[in-house]
Amino acid sequence: MTSWPILSVVTFLPIAGAVFIAFLRDDEAAVRNARWVALWTTLITFAISLILVWRFDPTSADFQFLEKRPWLGGAINYSMGVDGISLPFVILTTALMPISILASWTSIQSRVREYMIAFLVLETLMVGTFCALDLVLFYLFFEGGLIPMFLIIGVWGGPRRVYASFKFFLYTLLGSVLMLLAIMAMYWEAGTTDIPTLLHHAFPRALQTWAWFAFLASFAVKMPMWPVHTWLPDAHVEAPTAGSVILAAILLKMGGYGFLRFSLPMFPQASADLAPLIYAMSVVAIVYTSLVALVQEDIKKLIAYSSVAHMGFVTMGLFAMTAQGVAGGIFQMISHGIVSAALFLCVGVVYDRMHTREIAAYGGLVNRMPIYAFAFMIFTLANVGLPGTSGFVGEFLTLIGTFRINNWVATLATLGTILSAAYALWLYRKVIFGKLEKPSLFAIKDVGWREMAILAPLVILTIVFGIYPKPVLDMSAVSVTQLIDNFQHALSSVQAASLAR
Amino acid sequence: MYAAPTLTGLFPLLPEIVLGLGAMALLMLGVFRGSGRSVVPIDAASIALLVIAGVIVLWQPEGKLVTLGGSFVVDGFARFLKILALLGSAAAILMSIDYDKREGQQRFEYSVLIVLSTLGMLMLISAADLIALYLGLELMSLPLYVVAASHRTSLRSTEAGLKYFVLGALSSGMLLYGASLVYGFTGTVTFTGIAHSAADAGTGLVFGLVFLFAGFCFKVSAVPFHMWTPDVYEGAPTPVTAFFAAAPKVAGIAMFVRVAVAAFPGITAQWQEIVAFVSIASMLLGSFAAIGQRNIKRLMAYSSIGHMGFALIGLAAGTSEGVQGVLVYMAIYISMTLGVFAVILSMRRSGGMVESIDQLAGLARTRPAVAFFLAMLLFSMAGVPPLAGFFAKFYVFLAAIKAGLYVLAVIGVLASVVGAYYYLAIIKTMYFDEPAEGFYSMPNELKVVLGVCALFNILFFVYPGPLVGVASAAAHSLF
Repeated sequence: MTSWPILSVVTFLPIAGAVFIAFLRDDEAAVRNARWVALWTTLITFAISLILVWRFDPTSADFQFLEKRPWLGGAINYSMGVDGISLPFVILTTALMPISILASWTSIQSRVREYMIAFLVLETLMVGTFCALDLVLFYLFFEGGLIPMFLIIGVWGGPRRVYASFKFFLYTLLGSVLMLLAIMAMYWEAGTTDIPTLLHHAFPRALQTWAWFAFLASFAVKMPMWPVHTWLPDAHVEAPTAGSVILAAILLKMGGYGFLRFSLPMFPQASADLAPLIYAMSVVAIVYTSLVALVQEDIKKLIAYSSVAHMGFVTMGLFAMTAQGVAGGIFQMISHGIVSAALFLCVGVVYDRMHTREIAAYGGLVNRMPIYAFAFMIFTLANVGLPGTSGFVGEFLTLIGTFRINNWVATLATLGTILSAAYALWLYRKVIFGKLEKPSLFAIKDVGWREMAILAPLVILTIVFGIYPKPVLDMSAVSVTQLIDNFQHALSSVQAASLAR
Repeated sequence: MYAAPTLTGLFPLLPEIVLGLGAMALLMLGVFRGSGRSVVPIDAASIALLVIAGVIVLWQPEGKLVTLGGSFVVDGFARFLKILALLGSAAAILMSIDYDKREGQQRFEYSVLIVLSTLGMLMLISAADLIALYLGLELMSLPLYVVAASHRTSLRSTEAGLKYFVLGALSSGMLLYGASLVYGFTGTVTFTGIAHSAADAGTGLVFGLVFLFAGFCFKVSAVPFHMWTPDVYEGAPTPVTAFFAAAPKVAGIAMFVRVAVAAFPGITAQWQEIVAFVSIASMLLGSFAAIGQRNIKRLMAYSSIGHMGFALIGLAAGTSEGVQGVLVYMAIYISMTLGVFAVILSMRRSGGMVESIDQLAGLARTRPAVAFFLAMLLFSMAGVPPLAGFFAKFYVFLAAIKAGLYVLAVIGVLASVVGAYYYLAIIKTMYFDEPAEGFYSMPNELKVVLGVCALFNILFFVYPGPLVGVASAAAHSLF
């Protein structure tokens, strides 16, 4: 057992940094200090979160680093803990935050203090979402993230930021309030909102079905799944670079995490019954949004649609409920967190120089920016899912996981990987290759030290996880096995009961 | 049985007695001092009076105290709401000081009227029969009509006062008619008596109940008796609007809940439907009608209609969890409303007071702290976690789900999403738009009110236990 509440520290340390920045005096020096405070806060948070990895016991499927305090009275407690499923996401969050802060170093020039505060608050809420072991607490963190993200898109975003921020906020809120009602129904049914207890509570069939739909409403929007994905391209395009990074890399993963943590283990019956619906939505997402991505003229929009397609692999793999499918889904989320973040950072690099995201405005960048072209290539290939990159492992595992259950779905999804090669390579060719013809591009400079410091770790991770994915898979292996065992057990016990009748 | 009141028997009435005597003393003091003198001492004394009454309420022994032959009860429920009403009134007086000074409204009667109205609220909250209820209601309402029209030279203000008075009189009439029907069919006016004979009183009683509820709906500005609210909110002087939006709503909800729960427990199924309908209609109207508003006072009127709809969800559940939800909701509602009005009262620049939402443009740059606090209050009103407004909605919906009111709950959460839109629109104006001309600096007392309310809303999630616990105990005292 830990002697200090390490999860609470990781969760709330960024808030402490935000409060500190809020009390800085409002002058030139404060802007610089705000950046440094934010960077150090996120770095320290990351360092502490590495202690979690160090002390984590991957051979146990139980929740670890538990904390529990009375909070709302009754059976609703402040309860925190991580297992093999949530820990990778915690690390992903804390690791990407310093990168996001660095990516905003020079591109954000107005209201820097407020920007850094918003990001730090957002970090607290994201980490809290993954650590919460109480449904109400989870909802609190999950929804609270809307406030800073709304402001980040709306204040520091592009020309259509108001529309995008409203759409983001209202879409997500609409999905989540239904989940809140389901949480309440679960509270009255089980008498508690303690997640570890609820994981072993057998909910009645009727409640399972409609609660499953209520959770779907929330997570499908967050994920986002077709057909409720339309907020994502808008939000991505208008958000500042770091905002897109966090959106794509972490906020989207909350949806997948939600399916893993709640929908599958708590409503196994409903999940088994309604898995075909998820398959259908996933396949449409993979094929249709890939096609949509093919015709985009805006780089960020193209990557946004490709995110939707990649999330389709995740939902497909998770609901296959095979060891490969679930492990692949988790890995795909982590890999996508790294790769999509890196792609948005790459867009940010040229956007900072040219202030346009139109594909047609670029061409022949390889002549002036060789290092950039290299990094962009790695991430493009990872996005395509080329063997040797992290993108391959996730897609491959989800596909074989699904193939065992439903080969039609897997076959159609495989088509999507071909399409993803089409749009990603087309984008790369248009932007990087060709002759350097546009006069505006003649003076463009290659990546500087700061940008290299941002991209280098992501390049390394993409390749390392592509060749040696074991660390991530091992971390979650035991938890995944237990998840599937419980799922099968719940299903078979219901079947046995119905046979006995 | 009826016994002549003794001096010690009047002990539960002590806060009311203090307020009543104090108000009269202040009235005389004001007259003796003559016109043209500063009213700040009278304001301060009024606030002190309200605080003293609050201390007495807290100091009174626990448990149920009864006096005036059973028509006046002090229980946990009454204590909770009395404190809220006193806080709301005290804050309203505090927030009016600067406004009255600048607008040349130096009338000491204003704060005395508020104290008298508060006395009516306390009566109302503790009323245990229909006669005490009506007395309290009128004592609360008459000063409200007067203060609504307190800008005698302003057409808007006098119109607001007149409108409020005429419609208020109508609603009082309906309430009295309902009370007479109830008396006619049960033969008693005490809530316990009505509860006893409710089961075999038949349809006539339901008619009486409907008329009673119509009167209540008017007082809490719930649909379909909400029509006066936007006009009165907009027309009345802003500090008066701030007062209207807070304390009288608490008293109105208090009588609504007490009558429904204490007098009609036998026919819960009948009034549950009425309350559920009123609640749904109020939430929907409050959410949709507010979208088109450009005047922030009018917007707050629709917002308060919506909030009353949410609070009534708890009553519709008809359980002690529901009442707990109502109490938590009212406590948080008061803090949100007062905080927002503190900002509205500070919307003053060279041309005088402004009320249009567009005037808030770019407030995040001209006054970052004010804009931040207001944004948090608005997010809280929208019910976004982790702010207090989320917990307010959480408890009423929790009760509704337990009572099986799924349709009500689903419509409620959807209405809250629609409602979020117009709160976001204000935040957008403050944060995303280019700055308009800045406001004059905020008077200190408004800063205090805004700061306290906003911090309460922001930090509520850290330690929500006490308020929730007290509300739970208060709700249990009714059952």
